Amino acid sequence: MSASVAAEAPVVQADGVGVALGGQHILSGVDLSVASGEVLALLGANGSGKSTLVRALLGVVPTSTGSVHLFGAPLGPSAPWSRIGYVPQRLPAAAGVPSTALEVVMSGLLHGRTLRLPHGARRRALGALAEVDLTDRVHQRVQDMSGGQQQRVLIARALVRRPDLLVLDEPTSGIDIPTQATFVDTVARLRDAGTTIVVILHELGPFAPLIDRAVVLRHGRVVHDGAPPRPRGDHADDHHDHTHAHPDPEPPPTGPTLSVEVGP
Amino acid sequence: MTTDQVVEMLTSPLMQRALLAAVLVGAAAPVVGTFLVQRRMALMGDGIGHVALTGVALGWLVGSWANLVPQDALAVPGAVVAAVIGSVVIELVRERGRTSGDLALALMFYGGIAGGVLLIKVAGGTNANLISYLFGSISTVSTTDLWWTAGLAAVVLGVGLGLRTALFAVSHDEEFARASGLPVRVLSMLVATIAALTVTIAMRVVGLLLVSALMIVPVAIAQLYARSFGRTMAAASITGVVVSVVGLVLTYWQDIPPGATIVVLAVLVYAVAAALRPVLRRPQPVRDPHPDMVDDVLLADDDVDEMCVDAPDPAAPGR
Repeated sequence: MSASVAAEAPVVQADGVGVALGGQHILSGVDLSVASGEVLALLGANGSGKSTLVRALLGVVPTSTGSVHLFGAPLGPSAPWSRIGYVPQRLPAAAGVPSTALEVVMSGLLHGRTLRLPHGARRRALGALAEVDLTDRVHQRVQDMSGGQQQRVLIARALVRRPDLLVLDEPTSGIDIPTQATFVDTVARLRDAGTTIVVILHELGPFAPLIDRAVVLRHGRVVHDGAPPRPRGDHADDHHDHTHAHPDPEPPPTGPTLSVEVGP
Repeated sequence: MTTDQVVEMLTSPLMQRALLAAVLVGAAAPVVGTFLVQRRMALMGDGIGHVALTGVALGWLVGSWANLVPQDALAVPGAVVAAVIGSVVIELVRERGRTSGDLALALMFYGGIAGGVLLIKVAGGTNANLISYLFGSISTVSTTDLWWTAGLAAVVLGVGLGLRTALFAVSHDEEFARASGLPVRVLSMLVATIAALTVTIAMRVVGLLLVSALMIVPVAIAQLYARSFGRTMAAASITGVVVSVVGLVLTYWQDIPPGATIVVLAVLVYAVAAALRPVLRRPQPVRDPHPDMVDDVLLADDDVDEMCVDAPDPAAPGR
């Protein structure tokens, strides 16, 4: 019924979204529209409301004003939850009961009113874990894993649904460089397959080449919406010094740390 | 003990009922306990148990007004109602924020016990009447009690196992569950409700004051060894059945209180299991802590080479 509408509707449509938590206004009057296939970066300083915006868009925190539509459907039980994958910043603090990577990823197959695992759940979860190179740790406790491995489990949990919209909350914070590169590759592959991506970033960093558009938040308001604020071409490195202190620019470095040494 | 004694025990209708109740409660309580431990609400069962005491006394009061015989015919239904209400309130408080949840739980602990003691007096009973609810009276389980226990245990196991993955998802990562559109609130209430039902059925076996032990201690034992959530739950359930049955059987020959025996047994099993853990636990295979770094290149090399190649690597991004 709504298939034709959904095809044209923006993947994410937020109108005048405001969020107040504990009497404090975290967000006010945020308008955001994300088109299908877009890769959007949400930028802003700590406390600017990036994470809160993403949580409000996905219904984790209630909005006090405004409305949110996902794939044309209002937020709520009727939203197409199977098409949405969310990767939180980290696992919640370890609870007492151990759980394996496989169990965590399988829980990602539940959404909306799907409260029981579909057929082939195990096979799909194993596939998602293979995508993030964790095949050999399927039965390991997530509590025993390193931060980077836990992050990959969380990505697999979001990917196991085959989402059309992937939302990542600072996927590269506190993660070593090679794992960051794996994430960028994964995101690039998903983008090429037509997945819409919203990613919260502290700095563009290794994601810079993938970003189509950036929205910058400051004190809960959108202050920039458009081209990503980044140096172009061979300056696409977040540690790059924009004053052109060096005469001949070097080719784009593979890792952000390489050019740190260039300064005086 | 001889075979005759065992046969004698098993043919006693009183013991048959008690054993059945012990198996049902021993299996169901740890299933709920697994979710509670994962939600870091291990003491929730205690809070519900205290509130249920007020329910018992209320049931008694209503029973005495209605001139029911026996007077405590409504004690179990009263406990069910009070426990469910109490669990929903605890869950609502938890949802609002953790800081006040602690305090609310404490208020329910004391209010529940005090209310129970007060109401039982009003109902014409004595505190002695409450003792069997506080510490269990499995040896006096009637056929009606057994039906209650069986029915509620079926509900608890049905929900706990049937919706295991959904309840796991909500208990493991509530934020992700919300971002998946899962009915988080309903599922949380469901956990709270089956916890309340478990409290009321376990009330007859171990008593309201020890009810939480049967939910939590088997989980504590199981997670010493189990690697996954599913196995923790299964092992806890089996442990619950074993300690309940063994504890009950011990009291058939020894004049000791069954509820306390079961709980002491469970705690002893925990102590032994924890002490033996370093010996018994399968040693973890030696793993490279950072297999994603440069492992592929070094797989064929021996340790000496690895160290040589590794050394300059971290130096590069060092400053």
